[in-house]
Amino acid sequence: MAKIIHNPLVLSSSRSAEKSESCCKLSGPTSFMSSKFLGNKLLSTNSATSPATRRSAAVVAVSSDVVKEKKLKSSSSLANLLITKEEGLVLYEDMILGRAFEDMCAQMYYRGKMFGFVHLYNGQEAVSTGFIKLLKQEDCVVSTYRDHVHALSKGVPARQVMSELFGKTTGCCRGQGGSMHMFSKEHNVLGGFAFIGEGIPVATGAAFTSKYKREVLKEDCDEVTLAFFGDGTCNNGQFFECLNMAALWKLPIVFVVENNLWAIGMSHLRSTSDPQIWKKGPAFGMPGVHVDGMDVLKVREVAQEAIGRARRGEGPTLVECETYRFRGHSLADPDELRDPAEKAHYATRDPITSLKKYLFENNLANEAELKAIDKKIDEIIEDSVEFADESPVPARNQLLENVFADPRGFGIGPDGKYRCEDPKFTQGTAQV
Amino acid sequence: MLGILRQTVVAKLNHALNCEQGIGAVALRAYSSSSANKMTVRDAINSALDEEMSADPKVFMMGEEVGEYQGAYKITKGLLDKYGPERVVDTPITEAGFTGIGVGAAYHGLRPVVEFMTFNFSMQAIDHIINSAAKSNYMSAGQISVPIVFRGPNGAASGVGAQHSQCYAAWFGSCPGLKVLAPYSAEDARGLLKAAIRDPDPVVFLENELLYGESFPVSAETLDSSFCVPIGKAKIEREGKDVTIVAYSKMVGFSLQAADILAKEGINAEVINLRSIRPLDRSAVNASVRKTNRIVTVEEGFPQHGVGAEICATVVEDSFEYLDAPVERIAGADVPTPYAANIERMAFPQVEDIVRAAKRACYRSR
Repeated sequence: MAKIIHNPLVLSSSRSAEKSESCCKLSGPTSFMSSKFLGNKLLSTNSATSPATRRSAAVVAVSSDVVKEKKLKSSSSLANLLITKEEGLVLYEDMILGRAFEDMCAQMYYRGKMFGFVHLYNGQEAVSTGFIKLLKQEDCVVSTYRDHVHALSKGVPARQVMSELFGKTTGCCRGQGGSMHMFSKEHNVLGGFAFIGEGIPVATGAAFTSKYKREVLKEDCDEVTLAFFGDGTCNNGQFFECLNMAALWKLPIVFVVENNLWAIGMSHLRSTSDPQIWKKGPAFGMPGVHVDGMDVLKVREVAQEAIGRARRGEGPTLVECETYRFRGHSLADPDELRDPAEKAHYATRDPITSLKKYLFENNLANEAELKAIDKKIDEIIEDSVEFADESPVPARNQLLENVFADPRGFGIGPDGKYRCEDPKFTQGTAQV
Repeated sequence: MLGILRQTVVAKLNHALNCEQGIGAVALRAYSSSSANKMTVRDAINSALDEEMSADPKVFMMGEEVGEYQGAYKITKGLLDKYGPERVVDTPITEAGFTGIGVGAAYHGLRPVVEFMTFNFSMQAIDHIINSAAKSNYMSAGQISVPIVFRGPNGAASGVGAQHSQCYAAWFGSCPGLKVLAPYSAEDARGLLKAAIRDPDPVVFLENELLYGESFPVSAETLDSSFCVPIGKAKIEREGKDVTIVAYSKMVGFSLQAADILAKEGINAEVINLRSIRPLDRSAVNASVRKTNRIVTVEEGFPQHGVGAEICATVVEDSFEYLDAPVERIAGADVPTPYAANIERMAFPQVEDIVRAAKRACYRSR
């Protein structure tokens, strides 16, 4: 059995990953997620004692050995880099799309074009991009109410997401879902759920379907499902129920915890008996991994392993991403409880800035190329706002549409025939 | 229900026993013209599940004890041996989790049948039934339909106490996006379950534990593997002209017995078996009331905001001028179900309560 070496370190306010040379190396094979080791193989432990971070004692530090080894090599030979230029630009573009989109949402909300509950993803882009850009179209993503960027990363056009937020009929759900309920059958985004923990069993069900298709229907199916949810959800019963069943039936799912430390105004440390969420994986028989969610390359590395495991039929993984949301819980949240020093600390770890730095340092891209991408994204966002603005609101008859897949579910009207056969019903002029 | 409280109840045990045993006999009389084949409700449900699972490989069952135990009430007997553990899935005791898994599987193309050991346990999973199943087709604007069936025994059994005896027809029946079915006879059970499994929308299928062992005659048509009963259409179990009695599930049996007793006193009652709580067959109920001018609704559930309340409202809204007497509502007592047998009897409608209410509607009560 591999030994876990503890070496308490004082963390400065820079990213914990950069202290890799002072972190302890684990003895053992480089892939920490190989299925033989169930997460007892824990990597080095750092204790963050800096007052700037609210993450108190015994936070597990970052990164796989693979990443550490690569970082230690200072040579810039392409063979040692984590990504190619094309991949780097794809990641950059996706994160910029997420950031620009969410910033535009805030603007539109304050101008009254968007309404209700809007939960923005600023600061967490590395998690969405790091994971979702590794998926195929047939793989599924299930998210929470903070789902705009997950939908965008998965491929839902910005126009459709923006229209949906404006409540227009050209939205991905024809304006019937809203900010918290992004669904796309084409891109396999299975929601968008308002209830904490509701998406986890649904994702587990989609993974169950994958396995069923392979084993019972004998189809060639290696689809993987990703379930995204937050730190608050990890105290909810459904989370544990699904960890149990996913491990029991070896379902092809990755449970991605976006631990941004705050559930509205409830700090993770105040609400959780053991704040290290990754530990809950091994308790159920699956690997639990902690990763720096502000670094898209590290997330991508871990994601590759986890998704690979699931695709090979080795079962689920629990990945805890240490991340942070730069804005409040929602646009209605005054965000008064969070320490400004904490916010400042994480602002220095902005995932987009970090990726930019990596691309420049390793000569994968230059200023001009990145600026071109910024401009392109700006145009996409502007276009999506225009499109949403000009789109029509739903027509009257849309109120009664799509309640049932089989509209005879509306029952029989007073004339003895099915209501849905009455033309006035479908046009929205019948008295109901 | 008010009748139960008004009258001092003397436990007429013999009478009660005669009623319970008489259900089968009454049913036979009601179906006097059909064939001699008989089937219990349990076999009806089992055969419906078997046929649908064999016809469509995407249909699978999930629930506690459905596999190796052959079903907590032996409804899924034999299915594990026939279809294997991937299609008849024994789950851990995790209603919220496995219901959600069923919904997720339905989102992604399978046709799950989720069993709740009783519908009381569905309360642990009700978030998934309502929020992720019922509302999803709407929230996704038709992209994601949820062809799932939630089934299990509903309502009171015998002496099982307050936490195992509630009727959920009214709760689920108020939710848009769901279809809610409550079969009575074997024909209902078979036809409605097959229709439910083939339906592309979420269906809540409320069975009744005490009916599982009841035998009903079934026609050859019922036994055919493509037999389906349309969802949303009520059935007139017994034609009459003096008063309409509307009921569902076990109460249909009680209503038929009450109708026999009333017939001896010269009151010719029409008994409607709703079959479908949502969508409610309002036009059948109203048509009947316009014929008889009097209505009595019977249900086992709690009185406030119950199914009977909805039927009465619909009758008053649509057929007010036709009513010759105030609407009568019989429901379970407004108390958590007691355990002791004698007061448990008082907590649910009995045949004599239905008879009394019908007479009151006909202005014939003492």
